[in-house]
Amino acid sequence: MNLFSSITDYTGFLIRSVFIPWRLAKTRSMILDQVFDVGIRSLPLILVIATFVGLVSTVQTLYQIVGSGTVPKYILGYTVGRMVLIELGPVLTALMVSGRCASSMAAEIGTMRVTEQIDALEVMAVDPYRFLCLPRIIGTFIAVPILTIIAEFDALLFGAAYANYFLGVPFSVFNYGLIHFFFPRDFFGGLIKTLFFSVVIATSGCYFGFRVKGGAREVGHAATRAVVTASILVLILDFLVALIVFS
Amino acid sequence: MQLYTSGGCVIEVKEISKRFEEIVVLDHVSFTVPEAKLVVILGPSGTGKTVLLKSIIGLSAVDEGEVIIDGQSVQKSDRNQIYELRQKIGFVFQGTALFDSMNVRENVALPLVEHSSASTREIREKVSRILEIVGLPGKESMYPRALSGGMKRLVSIARALSLDPKYLFYDEPTTGLDPVMKDRIVKLIVNLRKDYRKSGVVVTHDLETARAIGDILYMLKNGRIAQLDKIGKEYYG
Repeated sequence: MNLFSSITDYTGFLIRSVFIPWRLAKTRSMILDQVFDVGIRSLPLILVIATFVGLVSTVQTLYQIVGSGTVPKYILGYTVGRMVLIELGPVLTALMVSGRCASSMAAEIGTMRVTEQIDALEVMAVDPYRFLCLPRIIGTFIAVPILTIIAEFDALLFGAAYANYFLGVPFSVFNYGLIHFFFPRDFFGGLIKTLFFSVVIATSGCYFGFRVKGGAREVGHAATRAVVTASILVLILDFLVALIVFS
Repeated sequence: MQLYTSGGCVIEVKEISKRFEEIVVLDHVSFTVPEAKLVVILGPSGTGKTVLLKSIIGLSAVDEGEVIIDGQSVQKSDRNQIYELRQKIGFVFQGTALFDSMNVRENVALPLVEHSSASTREIREKVSRILEIVGLPGKESMYPRALSGGMKRLVSIARALSLDPKYLFYDEPTTGLDPVMKDRIVKLIVNLRKDYRKSGVVVTHDLETARAIGDILYMLKNGRIAQLDKIGKEYYG
């Protein structure tokens, strides 16, 4: 399959999965399961990553900008804040969720494909796109922005705490830079990105799972392809949204 | 031996052909299933029996021909029409295709949850009744991983029965089972046909099973189908 037909097939899959009767009364519990699976189960990982992102951002910013002594210390809060809200929070959260969830979605759906469970849904007149893909896409769409907000808060909190206790930049100074140079566009631009990211993460997981033919080996390949594709698409979309929102 | 024509038949398979690249799997296959009768398709492994079964219900596309179920062409129906038709069909997969993440009750209840407006309590009661019919009472909370191969097959039959379908399709229902479980499943299939008047198609490579459950026997070999007598004479004779 060449690149063009792959993109067409992927887009067709996304449209087929979303533009169908949602039947929310039947699908609601599955969506909540996915919000739990993608959101709550990813939370420990996201918190660990976000903590270190906050710490590293603070140390690096102090070293590169504020450490020279020519720039006021509140710039630390300003720089770390914008870095985390615009870029690091949304992108790293999306990449972590890609690694954790796109692969598991592809493996789960791929296994269902090779063990005829998807055929069983078809035979029972249950649309497998609505039953398997739609809840994952909506669940990820809900969970990833929430995870991103939590990750951003966590990164800024630990960044500010580290600056206060180890780098001699008090909370009040850090917060001054963070709050006085806060632009809603940074925060909401970052959140808009996560909406796109969440769609490609869930779609990649479902798409490669659905396309599995064969056995265990192909399921493994599908999981790998899902993560690689989701990660690449996250970075491409990051660039495209940056062009539109921030340029 | 009586040869059935399309009059009074509920399923008509008309000249269907299917090939995978150069290999012809089904070559103008035709047969009919009369009301409340079980048709058995015999044949060695790898002859395309499962492909034929999946083609009949529209899970696998055919290159030529069509299948008429209840007067409706499977191949000419759109997705909604096919889904409506499939609510009259129960299908038992060779590998059972049970959902690993669901327990027995949830597996059997899934079609009811999706297609009926029954309350949770009514669904639970119906699932318990169906499990009694297939001989698995009290196993509602077990997961497929804790069941034996034969029990999984019974749950798969229970799931196929949950919407009280008019037609039942079985893909190798007794393959790989011990003689006791095999006998149990054969009796269940015969009872479902006799007591509940379910029409259907069974594919198997086991002549003994075919004789025990089939009203009409066919043999599929090299893509062609031929009707057999009750002792499978044309095939094994």
